[in-house]
Amino acid sequence: MERKPLALTVLDILSALSLLIATYLALFYAPTEAVMGAVQRVFYFHVATAWVGLLGFLAAGFAGVMYLVRHDLKWDVIEVAAVEISLVFFFIAIALGSIWARPVWNTWWTWDPRLTTAAITELVYLAYFMLRQGIEEVERRARFGAVYTLIGAVSAPVTFMAIRLFRTIHPVLFGASSEAAKGEFSLAPGMRVAFFFALFAFTILFVDLFWHRIRLGRLAARVDQARLQAG
Amino acid sequence: MKPRAPFLQSVWAILWKDLAAELRSRELFSGMFIFALLVIVIFNFAMELDVATRRSVTAGVLWTTFFFAGTIGLSRSMAMEKDRGSLDGLLLAPVDRAAIYFGKMLGNLLFMLLVEALILPLYSFLYNQNLFNGGLFLVILLGSLGYAAVGTLLASMSIQARTRDLLLPILLFPVLLPLVIGAVKASGGYLSGAAREEILPFLNLLLTYDVIFLSISYMLFDSVIEE
Repeated sequence: MERKPLALTVLDILSALSLLIATYLALFYAPTEAVMGAVQRVFYFHVATAWVGLLGFLAAGFAGVMYLVRHDLKWDVIEVAAVEISLVFFFIAIALGSIWARPVWNTWWTWDPRLTTAAITELVYLAYFMLRQGIEEVERRARFGAVYTLIGAVSAPVTFMAIRLFRTIHPVLFGASSEAAKGEFSLAPGMRVAFFFALFAFTILFVDLFWHRIRLGRLAARVDQARLQAG
Repeated sequence: MKPRAPFLQSVWAILWKDLAAELRSRELFSGMFIFALLVIVIFNFAMELDVATRRSVTAGVLWTTFFFAGTIGLSRSMAMEKDRGSLDGLLLAPVDRAAIYFGKMLGNLLFMLLVEALILPLYSFLYNQNLFNGGLFLVILLGSLGYAAVGTLLASMSIQARTRDLLLPILLFPVLLPLVIGAVKASGGYLSGAAREEILPFLNLLLTYDVIFLSISYMLFDSVIEE
């Protein structure tokens, strides 16, 4: 039995601690936004979870390419881990965003580029798991998974641009914003601290979860192998 | 080993093989066509396609019909190869894998265009709306090309999975969204006689989609059928 690496345990503790601090900063330290009030505090974790979703999305695309080039099942395990994390965290980001949007936009949902692209990516990833479920052969499952991850990775930016041809109301925090955006605000110094710390905390959490999930995938593969040998 | 056949000749041979098989059985085309017709009938009663509604939804109804009928064609055309064992024959043949992709893709595209060519006058006839419009034809060509490009790749994956027919639309529709937006908006623009500047962004979108997904499907096809 492979022992859990010490660095991973340290990372567990670190991510739990930094999450606690991020929660404190978001809920108590950051000043209350003047117009939106307390609901604006959702934003710190909303952006951070979307960020983790994006990291997973990028890691999945990268692992997909690596698998098709190297044909090493190691990359397949990494790809599944990344897709799973991305699926969960995009979902959390969408849920948190809806909680914020209800009072500010006066609707739970709107077909905005970001919202729709995140939702479509969720659907792509659900389809990804359905595809994998339908194939027993390990090598083929990995190959098809990688192909579909790549198709999804390419289609997401195209989807985003396509929906952008319509007007958007999603606020843009950095860079130019569209005139139609609703619910914009500028980051006060206290907010900035809470915001960047949340990003930092969730990045650590991402690395921690990613590591755990890859380890789990490797162990699962070993169990499968042992079961085959046992007949 | 025999030398590889020239690329275009192999593409043509595969396309011709599909056409000849279809000419004899006619099952693919008639299936797609009757299904498309049924979708239009269902739309008629589901949405009450009176004159006012029709003006705004015709483009959407047409594309939904084409896309749904298209999935039937895609899964049949690949399942036929798999079930008759002719896929193995194709893979053994001394032709470029890319030629197999383009041959199958062109076949799928052709069947879709045929169905569309029949549905358009029928829709015009049923709803007394003139669909004879050069711009619309261009949009249909671009939209169907993108659809066949990504559909052929995904269908050749889904037929190798246990849940094959169930799987294809689930894999296909999420990545089809840009195509839906571009095709519906551009067709609607041409049908309502909108200005060129309004339609152009959506034509560009269709063109971009076609180029991107043709190239990526062409590159990935090798990984999907390698045995």
